[in-house]
Amino acid sequence: MINTSTKTKTDASENLILKDTSGFDAGSIRKDFPILNTTVHGKPLVYLDNAATTHKPLVVIEKTREYFEETNSNIHRGVHFLSQKATNEYEEAREKVRSFINAKSLKEIIFTKGATESINLVASTFGRMNINAGDEIIISYMEHHSNIVPWQMLTQEKGAVLKVVPINDHGELEMDKLPGLISEKTKLISIVHVSNSLGTINPVKEIIDLAHSKGIPVLVDGSQSIQHLKIDVRELDCDFFVFSGHKLYGPTGTGVLYGKEELLESMPPYQGGGDMIAAVSFEKTLYNELPFKFEAGTPNIAGMIGLGAAIDYVRGIGIEKIASYEKYLSDYAASHFVDIPKFRPIGSAKEKVSVFSFILAGIHPHDIGTILDFEGIAIRTGHHCTQPVMKRFNIPATARVSIAMYNTKEEIDHFVRAINKVFEVFA
Amino acid sequence: MNNELKELYQQVILDHNKSPRNYGKPGEFNHSAEGYNPLCGDHVDVYLVVDEGIVKDVRFEGSGCAISKSSASLMTTIVKGKTVEEAESLFEDFHDLVTGKLTDEEKIASLGKLGVFQGVRDFPARVKCASLPWHTMKSALRDEPTKVTAEP
Repeated sequence: MINTSTKTKTDASENLILKDTSGFDAGSIRKDFPILNTTVHGKPLVYLDNAATTHKPLVVIEKTREYFEETNSNIHRGVHFLSQKATNEYEEAREKVRSFINAKSLKEIIFTKGATESINLVASTFGRMNINAGDEIIISYMEHHSNIVPWQMLTQEKGAVLKVVPINDHGELEMDKLPGLISEKTKLISIVHVSNSLGTINPVKEIIDLAHSKGIPVLVDGSQSIQHLKIDVRELDCDFFVFSGHKLYGPTGTGVLYGKEELLESMPPYQGGGDMIAAVSFEKTLYNELPFKFEAGTPNIAGMIGLGAAIDYVRGIGIEKIASYEKYLSDYAASHFVDIPKFRPIGSAKEKVSVFSFILAGIHPHDIGTILDFEGIAIRTGHHCTQPVMKRFNIPATARVSIAMYNTKEEIDHFVRAINKVFEVFA
Repeated sequence: MNNELKELYQQVILDHNKSPRNYGKPGEFNHSAEGYNPLCGDHVDVYLVVDEGIVKDVRFEGSGCAISKSSASLMTTIVKGKTVEEAESLFEDFHDLVTGKLTDEEKIASLGKLGVFQGVRDFPARVKCASLPWHTMKSALRDEPTKVTAEP
């Protein structure tokens, strides 16, 4: 909801840092992100590409640096001081993730290099074990390619079938079609929590309850929800939940796979190597216990410790407060975007996060992106790794504004003004 | 407007974007190829009529940004009437122009209207937009069956 009093221009209008009336102090949040002081083509950076990756707060940068300066060692194998310290910090990060998503046990938190690897891990292990010729996997029309291709590879290998839940013109799942897609052959539903190109929040709880009533496990791709919504995997009762750390203000190359312990126990290992074993001889290998069974090789130790710091940072602010500020900014943005000529939003779901895909009639998103870049504005243009969504709306690409907690009303105003430059070029 | 932007979006480019020449699939053609940029979704089909080593007609169809669309449009106007060898040689020159390898002013001037694409060299992310139609045409002339996927 928009508070009309906030529309009043203040004398700080030159300054992109301003206090917001909702009580959320974006100005002081911005001070935690050194990169926001960058200038691009001589203009202050206005970063509106947060669904691609978020920037990193100083605490994450410092934690990572501190790790290399004071701790650097391999984990889980040394008896020396540094190795023990590194192991402790790495495992503390696991506890931070567990607690953040309210998993029951540390055994349920597998560290990966990203959501993509997490999904591939499930496809290669759970998938290979449980999906056979004629079986079915259900995904949706709005999946990121990372939640399409691994299942396509698996179904092709096994002679199984991939079924797709359609979406309506608002970019919402056609939930009434889901029961008809489920059959006795359905072995898994893998569904995105929040769409990266449409911003739609899917009713995953409803999907999980329906699936479980038929004994079907559900994987939830939380890549775009973990940074916006409070996640409680026990309340959701999802069987798998995946996300990438770099979209949660953590380093790139960090990811998480949450899986219910009994499911993870039943699954074969993913990659073979060090750390995932208990004992190796040439005749037989005894696999390590959870979660290490799925973590072969030296992991991204610094990255995961950095992710732990990112989670501390987000919890320190409060995910609910972040969500409420982002909602406020989204409403503000939406109320101003409608005034932009030729503006057509792509994705107008009732339940949405702060992601706005749009096209301007007759102007290609790439040209919009290049012109806005010269105004210091970073947005994403293209198909967002969701080509089926583009096909559904019969467009080749969109421009996408995605808002994070450090964005401000003034940045939205700047964006709206900058769009005029696009019209100046394409008069 | 910023100078680099002005260089990129020159009037000729904006004009060809607005009213592309030789647009649409022809009734008859003997060479064709499909160009596609998987990174951005840009898509162009190029159709040619080649007779006794001469490009008698060339048309295109597709969707893309102003740079790729105008590049395709200008390409068709310039290649028409040229020999296949000349067309391929123009491809090389154009490629060098947009990647900034071609700096000889005289040579650039000899390319005529194609010179308007010189500004692209300052936008590495947009080089593939400008060169996709040319890659596609080259592929069509050589009857290469696979889809063209722009710059590596």
